[in-house]
Amino acid sequence: MSSLNMPQWGVWLFALGLGGAIIFLGMSIRRHHGVHRSLFSWPYSLWIAVFTVVPLFLVAFYAFTDKAGQLTLENFANFWDSNREMKQQLIAMGYDPIVMGMGERGTVNVDTLVYSLWMALMCTGICFVIGYPAALFISEREFKLGPTLIVLFIIPMWMNFLLRTVAWMTLLEDNGLINTLLQRMGLGRVRLMYNSQAVLLGMVYNYLPFMVFPVYNALSRQDYKLSEAAMDLGADKWRTFSRVTFPLSLPGIVSGITMVFMPSVTTFFIPRALGGGNTEMFGDLIERTFLTADNWNVGSALSLIMMLLILLSMGLLRKVDPEGEGGSLL
Amino acid sequence: MKKALALLLSLMLLMIALPVALAEEVVNVYNWEDYISEEALEMFSEETGIAVNYMRFTTNEDMLVQLRTSTGAFDVVFPSDYVIERLIAEDLLAPINFDNVPNSVNTVDWLSNPAYDPDSLYSVPYMWGTVGILYDTTRVNSPIDSWGALFSGEYKGEVFMLDSIRDTMGLALKYLGYSMNTRDPAALREATDLLIKQKQDGVVKAYQVDETKDKMVASEAILAVAWSGDAQYAINLNENLSYVVPKEGSNVWVDAMVIPVTAKNKENAEKFINFMSRPDIAQLNCEYIEYSSPNQAAIELMGEEYQTNPNLNPPQEIIDNCEFFNDINDFLTIYNTLWAQVKNAK
Repeated sequence: MSSLNMPQWGVWLFALGLGGAIIFLGMSIRRHHGVHRSLFSWPYSLWIAVFTVVPLFLVAFYAFTDKAGQLTLENFANFWDSNREMKQQLIAMGYDPIVMGMGERGTVNVDTLVYSLWMALMCTGICFVIGYPAALFISEREFKLGPTLIVLFIIPMWMNFLLRTVAWMTLLEDNGLINTLLQRMGLGRVRLMYNSQAVLLGMVYNYLPFMVFPVYNALSRQDYKLSEAAMDLGADKWRTFSRVTFPLSLPGIVSGITMVFMPSVTTFFIPRALGGGNTEMFGDLIERTFLTADNWNVGSALSLIMMLLILLSMGLLRKVDPEGEGGSLL
Repeated sequence: MKKALALLLSLMLLMIALPVALAEEVVNVYNWEDYISEEALEMFSEETGIAVNYMRFTTNEDMLVQLRTSTGAFDVVFPSDYVIERLIAEDLLAPINFDNVPNSVNTVDWLSNPAYDPDSLYSVPYMWGTVGILYDTTRVNSPIDSWGALFSGEYKGEVFMLDSIRDTMGLALKYLGYSMNTRDPAALREATDLLIKQKQDGVVKAYQVDETKDKMVASEAILAVAWSGDAQYAINLNENLSYVVPKEGSNVWVDAMVIPVTAKNKENAEKFINFMSRPDIAQLNCEYIEYSSPNQAAIELMGEEYQTNPNLNPPQEIIDNCEFFNDINDFLTIYNTLWAQVKNAK
């Protein structure tokens, strides 16, 4: 019901933005790479315009308008106070929310955002602690199994992440494989699923390769003569690592953090599958706001806020890796 | 190069258009996922020569969005009761010409003039069912007969709730003695607090929908809120399970066949509805889906085992103790806000 009420000016702005984006992209590539090269860029420019610029525009449009298509900042107020719309509805019906004990500010949206950021930070931290040493020893020149291990990291990714997550369910359930095993061994059952820890486990499992690969790339690209030189000049192993190897792998780390943190913040489905729907993350909240509550305007505001937060954190990371060697997305 | 491309494109267009063009008559059907016997669809095309263009949805809300945005794409749709009520109120349904649907006389009495379509002008019931508690008889302390079992704390950490706003808020309201369609915000607040307390006390193991039936088969929880058809599916696979409609009353729901006002093949739609209401076809569908049939002639065909199954064919007093959902369009914001509080209670 929310999809087709764009006012005339919105449609014009939309068309203008789309045309502008295509021309801008085309022209800028033409300016930097010449007429001939720019021909090759057209398919991708068109792709970006249609599937990135247009959706972004739509998100921004819905975030700043109400259901009737009028410009408004209400959606952001509704983000801050998740009970706001309900209170307005109650007042419109002649009730007094304060008398009914329903006057307090709703903290659902803000709490979910904070929880998601916290989970994403935890996930990124754990992925780093597990992934960096892994990448380090895989990239050792004397370690012959390195390429095999990398393939082993890749193989699970041939399968869709939904399936991999569902597979975890059969492992972690109260009557799942692990608990059956524990029981056979006479150790009794443990509640492994339906909580935040299981969600975190699912996230780390799914995103760990995104930490290992970039770090591995950065490490294996390093000229080993540099560390040999450090050793020759009297640095011990730890000093070589902390003064040479680690600083040189920073671009890989930045890239890894980026690639783990971004999907972590926007995680959805994993909380439902492994957390039993007991804890909601921001991705689930956005999904529910769009589909169940059918509120595209507040849903878009939520999406916009999340995009801004990601942009902000990426900007911070860029300070560490100003050359963009890690191939970060900005 | 350009010619080849043009040829390829026109060939592709042709391939899309061909099957529809060859069969002169078509009916565009929009039904729930996995909610019809394929055999029945084939038989319909064989007997009438009408091709069925079959599309699927998973929630009423998704379906509504599609119905509103894709004008003229659907000839027959299968919404639930309260959605039909809303569609009628918004003038989105075409009255059915019952001269073309003679099989509609097979509808059971109590659904012949349902509350959501008081004069039975717009809909023919397809399937119905109840909401109740599916439980593991080997692990309960006493027979389950009340929603109270979900809230008492006796089965802490062993309860699956439905991740579905109307059903879950509705049963909390019923337990507290209110109507599932109450328009009293204080009652809704009370139901919300009950659900929040249930969650904070650690009673709820998970909020889920589709996973429940298979998990109950695997004895993953002791109690689960479930729809009657899912319950029957689970009971067929695990004989320790049993299903009850609690004594406080519950929700009874109907999915019915309707024709959107924008339908392009209304007569074919009526033929389709008539075909699906034919006793043997209704039986075929019912035995495939395992929900309850609203078709009296089909019920008689299905014999004693079906008729005496209290889950699929509950006694009339249980049905009378249940309520249909009414459309609560103006309360949606309140429902959604309160439900968000439940889902995010820690």
